[in-house]
Amino acid sequence: MVSKSPELEHPKPAFGWAARDQSGLLSPFKFSRRETAENDVAFKVLYCGICHSDLHMTKNEWGVTQYPCIPGHEIVGIVTEVGSKVEKFKVGDRVGVGCMVGSCRSCDSCHNNLENYCPKMILTYGAKNYDGTITYGGYSDIMVANEHFIVRIPDNLSLDVGAPLLCAGITVYSPLRYFGLDKPGMHVGVVGLGGLGHVAVKFAKAMGVKVTVISTSPNKKQEAVENLGADSFLVSRDQDQMQAAMGTLDGIIDTVSAVHPMPPLLALLKSHGKLVLVGAPVKPLELHAFALISGRKIVGGSCIGGMKETQEMIDFAAKHNITANVEVIPMDYVNTAMERMLKGDVRYRFVIDVAKTLNP
Amino acid sequence: MAEKSHQEGHPTKAFGWAARDQSGVLSPFNFSRRATGEKDVAFKVLFCGVCHTDLHMIKNEWGISSYPVVPGHEIMGQVTAVGSKVEKFKVGDKVGVGYMIGSCHSCDSCHNELENYCPEMILTSSGKYHDGTTTYGGFSDIMIADEHYAVRIPENLPLDSGAPLLCAGITVYSPLRFYGLDKPGMHVGVVGLGGLGHVAVKFAKAMGVKVTVISTSLKKKEEALEHLGAHSFLVSRDPDQMQAAIGTMDGIIDTVSAAHPLFPLIGLLKTQGKLVLVGAPPKPLELPVFPLIMGRKIVGGSSIGGMKETQEMIDFAAENNITADVEVIPMDYVNTAFELLAKADVRYRFVIDVGNTLKI
Repeated sequence: MVSKSPELEHPKPAFGWAARDQSGLLSPFKFSRRETAENDVAFKVLYCGICHSDLHMTKNEWGVTQYPCIPGHEIVGIVTEVGSKVEKFKVGDRVGVGCMVGSCRSCDSCHNNLENYCPKMILTYGAKNYDGTITYGGYSDIMVANEHFIVRIPDNLSLDVGAPLLCAGITVYSPLRYFGLDKPGMHVGVVGLGGLGHVAVKFAKAMGVKVTVISTSPNKKQEAVENLGADSFLVSRDQDQMQAAMGTLDGIIDTVSAVHPMPPLLALLKSHGKLVLVGAPVKPLELHAFALISGRKIVGGSCIGGMKETQEMIDFAAKHNITANVEVIPMDYVNTAMERMLKGDVRYRFVIDVAKTLNP
Repeated sequence: MAEKSHQEGHPTKAFGWAARDQSGVLSPFNFSRRATGEKDVAFKVLFCGVCHTDLHMIKNEWGISSYPVVPGHEIMGQVTAVGSKVEKFKVGDKVGVGYMIGSCHSCDSCHNELENYCPEMILTSSGKYHDGTTTYGGFSDIMIADEHYAVRIPENLPLDSGAPLLCAGITVYSPLRFYGLDKPGMHVGVVGLGGLGHVAVKFAKAMGVKVTVISTSLKKKEEALEHLGAHSFLVSRDPDQMQAAIGTMDGIIDTVSAAHPLFPLIGLLKTQGKLVLVGAPPKPLELPVFPLIMGRKIVGGSSIGGMKETQEMIDFAAENNITADVEVIPMDYVNTAFELLAKADVRYRFVIDVGNTLKI
C-alpha cells in the first residue's frame, strides 16, 4: 500500500544530505539503515569524497537515479559493529567503501573478482538494493555494508586524502594494470588533470612509467610537472606539440568526460598502443577505423575495479604514499562544491569532513 | 614518353594490365621489372586474387594511388630464378606474395616480425620501392620480390583457391590470434560474408571456435550454415535476433568496409569482449563510450600480418584444408569482375588465371 518512509524503512536511524529531484540540490535528510546482518559491517563515516559521478547522479543525467538520492561513494570511517559471521574486520578498524555495495556473487564476473562488471551489481547509492529499498551513499553519518564490499585502510594512509582513492583511485589503477600500461619504462599519457587524472599520474609514476599529461589548459603545466611529477605536458590544442609527440605513447588513460576528438589522441599512440576511456562522455565519439587498423591500435573502456583489486590498490597506495590532493569542506558547503566542481575549480577533489560537520 | 619510361626503367621486360586513371578501367600495359637482385626471387605468376582494396586503389579512392596502377596482391606463382644469396627458395618452388614487398627492417615493428606495421612498409602495388620506382602488382606475367616477402606454398594447397589467403586470409587470421579469439570453445562473430568474412569463418572453425555470421542479408544464411559451417546466423537488421544474442560473444571480426553502426555489435560482446575492425570504412564511425566502459570492452584494428605470421597462416591453411571459395576468371574479364565486386556479386573472391590467360 503505502511504502514506508525513508526514516522508518530500517531500524537504525541515520542522517545525511540528499537530492530530492533533478535540480540536484542537496539538503538535510533523515533516513534509516538496516540492522547489521551477520555478514555486515557498520561504520561511522569520517570523510566522503565528492566524485563527478555524484553530480551526474544527483541531476539524473544518466536517467537511472532513484530519489531521494544521498550521493557519496568514496567513503571512509571507523568500524562500530560487525555481524556474527564477519571475519575480515573488527570494531575500531579503519575501512572504506567505494562505488558498489552488492553483486550477484554467482556469475562469471563475480567468480573472477570482477564484481564491478556483474550485471546485477548494486551501486552504493541511488540504486535499488536486493530488498527493494534505495541505497544511500556516504554523505551520511553511518554506513552498513556487506564485508565483501569493504576495504581495510592501512594505518599510514590518512583517511581524508585516502577517500578519493576508493573511486578515482581504482578507476585509473585498474586499467593501468589490465591494459598492461604499468611496466617500468613505458610511456603513458593522461588526458585531463582532475580528480581521476591527478591520481593516474601518481599511480603511473609509482609503477615506473613515464607520464605525459595532456590537457586543454596550459596553466596546469606547472602543477603537473612540479607537484605531481609528470615527465612532460602537452597542450592538446597546440597542433605543433601534438604533432611532435605522435607515435610516442604506449597507452593513454583518458579521464575526460566531455565530448572530445579521438584522432589526435590515437595519433599519439605507438603501433599496438591503447587508448583507455574512463571518463564517460554521454554522446558517442567519432572513430576513424583507419586509425585503429593501420597501427593495430585499441580503444577500450574500464569501470572502477573489483573488490580484490580495490584492496590491492589501497595497499599499493599506502606503500607508495599515494594520496589524492584534496580540499576538505564542511557538509553545508556541498552545493557550492558541486558548482565549483562543474567548472573544474578544485585541486583536485573535494572531501567532506562528515564526522565533524554533518549535524542533524 | 611516360609509357616508354615504364618499359625501360628496369632491365626485365614485363607485361600486365593497368588502370591509367581514376576511371579504374584496366587495359594491357607493357612495363619492366628490376633485375633479380642477390636476395630476390623471380617467379612466373600463375594466379592472382582480386581484392576489394584493388578496387579502392584503381579508382584512387584513398588518394594514394600512383598511376599507372597494376593491381594484385594475392599473387601465386612458380620460381624461375633466385638471387645468389637467396636461402629459402629454389627454382620450381611454389610461392606467394601478398600486400607488402618491403619495409625498413630497423624499427621496433620490423624487429618484432610485424613488417606490416612498419611506417615505411612498401605496398606490392602502387607503392614506392627503395629505388624510388613505383611497384607493380600481380595482374602481370612475372614478379620479382625480396625473398623475405615471399611465402612458400605447401604442395597440397591449390594455387588458385589459395591465392586469396595472401591478403584476405592473413587479414582475418592475424587478429584471431592476436586478440586471443582462437581458443577452442570461444564464440566469435564474423560481420560480413565476403572475401574476408568467408575465410574468417573457415579459420575460426578450424581453431575450434564457435562462429556466428552477422549479416544484413538473410539470403546468405544457408551458405553460411551449410556450406561454410557457421554455427549460427544473425540478421543485423532484425532487432529481436540481435537482442537475443546480447552478451554472447567473446569477440567479433568485423570485415565490413561500408559505414555501419558499432553500438549493436558492441552489445553482442560479453564482458571484456573484443570488436576487431579489419574492413576500413572511409567515413568516421560512431563509438558509444558507455558500453565500452560498463563492460570493459575494446575496439581494435588489424592490418594484414607480418611475414612470419603469413607463412604460419599458409601452413595452417594447408594443414586444415582451408582455401577460399573462388571464381577463376580470364584476364580480359577483369573489368567486369571489378563491377561485380563493387556490387558484392561474387562468391567470394575472383581469381585471375594469369598463367593461362594473360597474353601480350
